[in-house]
Amino acid sequence: MDYLYYPGCSLEGTAMEYDRSCRALSGALGMALVEISDWTCCGATAARCVDELLSVVLPARNLALAEKTDPGIDILVPCSACYLNLETARETIRTDPVMRNRVNQILAPDNLVVTGSNRVRHLLDVLSRDGAADQVAARAGTNMADLVIAPYYGCQCLRPFHEFDDPELPRSMDRLIRATGAQVLEWDMGGTCCGAATATTRPGVGQALVGQILAGAKDADAVVTVCPMCQMNLERFQPEPVPVLYLPQFLGLAMGLSSKALGCGLNLSDVRPVVIRGAP
Amino acid sequence: MALSDVREKPAARPEAARRLEQVKDKVAACIQCGTCSASCPNAEFMDMTPRRMWRALLAGRVETVFLSQTFILCASCYMCTLRCPRGLPLTWAMAGLKQAAFSLYPDRFRRSALFYRAFMDNIRQYGRVREMEMMTRYFLALKHPLVPLGYTSMGIRLMAKHKLHLRLPSAGPGRLAPLFDRAGRQEG
Ligand code: SF4
Ligand code: SF4
Repeated sequence: MDYLYYPGCSLEGTAMEYDRSCRALSGALGMALVEISDWTCCGATAARCVDELLSVVLPARNLALAEKTDPGIDILVPCSACYLNLETARETIRTDPVMRNRVNQILAPDNLVVTGSNRVRHLLDVLSRDGAADQVAARAGTNMADLVIAPYYGCQCLRPFHEFDDPELPRSMDRLIRATGAQVLEWDMGGTCCGAATATTRPGVGQALVGQILAGAKDADAVVTVCPMCQMNLERFQPEPVPVLYLPQFLGLAMGLSSKALGCGLNLSDVRPVVIRGAP
Repeated sequence: MALSDVREKPAARPEAARRLEQVKDKVAACIQCGTCSASCPNAEFMDMTPRRMWRALLAGRVETVFLSQTFILCASCYMCTLRCPRGLPLTWAMAGLKQAAFSLYPDRFRRSALFYRAFMDNIRQYGRVREMEMMTRYFLALKHPLVPLGYTSMGIRLMAKHKLHLRLPSAGPGRLAPLFDRAGRQEG
């Protein structure tokens, strides 16, 4: 097995096309993903705003499951919020012995122990650093050649842990996008905030922030994302229609995977201008 | 609510008072440089900038902090945390303020508090978030007939894509209830 896979709740619901495309792309790249069995919610943003201990216990339970079945195997996480929670819990467990003890006492009746030994890695970390670009380039035709793509990273895969990219001016998607033959939009808004959950409780905020981001991307033919929350906000608050795709959807299309396997019919934005470039 | 009530409240709720002290400790080394305000994507929607809110908090003007919308509007983008020259964990401090506010002022922050409550109940019950049922419970708890309308168009778009599933709510003790209870007992 190459990676343990933690899809998280969004990928079972509003972001199912992210789940499908992650699995399909991994298959095409020869990466084996094994879903963590019996995984549960990482607590999202809510746990930290309600209960500090639970905000560590909930993600730690999943780290413990991974350690039990597959010690030492990297955990691949596509959702940026899940990634942040799992990584924060891992840091806490590794650096705070008091908290580690408390968490392990709570997990013990379920026969689970957490030490934080399995690494937690965002999908973008894996794709940009484990050799995917060369494989994409080897299989991509020329279909995407005249497209300009705006890479949108959002926040939580970059900050506060900057493990694989510059946290303010990220570039890790550039090579992957160029590997498809497409061009990368030169802009400085890839790491700005879409409003995240405040866009749900205050739609005006989401509208304003997404409006600025999409105005910055006006010369691009499409935007690609690596986070369900960003994807939802960028699709929901469009002043003018623009295709927004998850990165693995775009890479998969360039490699000739079927749009159905990549879940391209599930996006809320109209992604056909990009899909027609892919295989029929 | 009168200001005096606001001022007395933290003392009346030891747990929230303790949380508030923790937040204060987190930002105690603030030098009022304003980098956080300049970095915040939501600063323009806030009635008080983050820098000024930290100053009010450290000066003990708790009522000013909780009468503001500043911490509620934090989107957890971590830009201020990244850039603060004192290396303060500002995003977590914002979350700590939300926690304290929800227990001290459940009425004033009713919407957000109920939203988070519905979310946590959902995880306790199913282990994973069932979005449809969570939103339903949230709207029921809100008892506000107009709020769901704002979400309806989004809900319809999601349902058209078969992304929201109506599943029968299951009764019973809850999948993660024992874990939640053990954590609750430990926190006392
Ligand atoms: S950036 Fe840090 S030091 Fe500067 S005002 Fe904000 S909290 Fe204080
Ligand atoms: S983490 Fe919150 S307070 Fe800090 S810059 Fe982002 S939105 Fe503003």
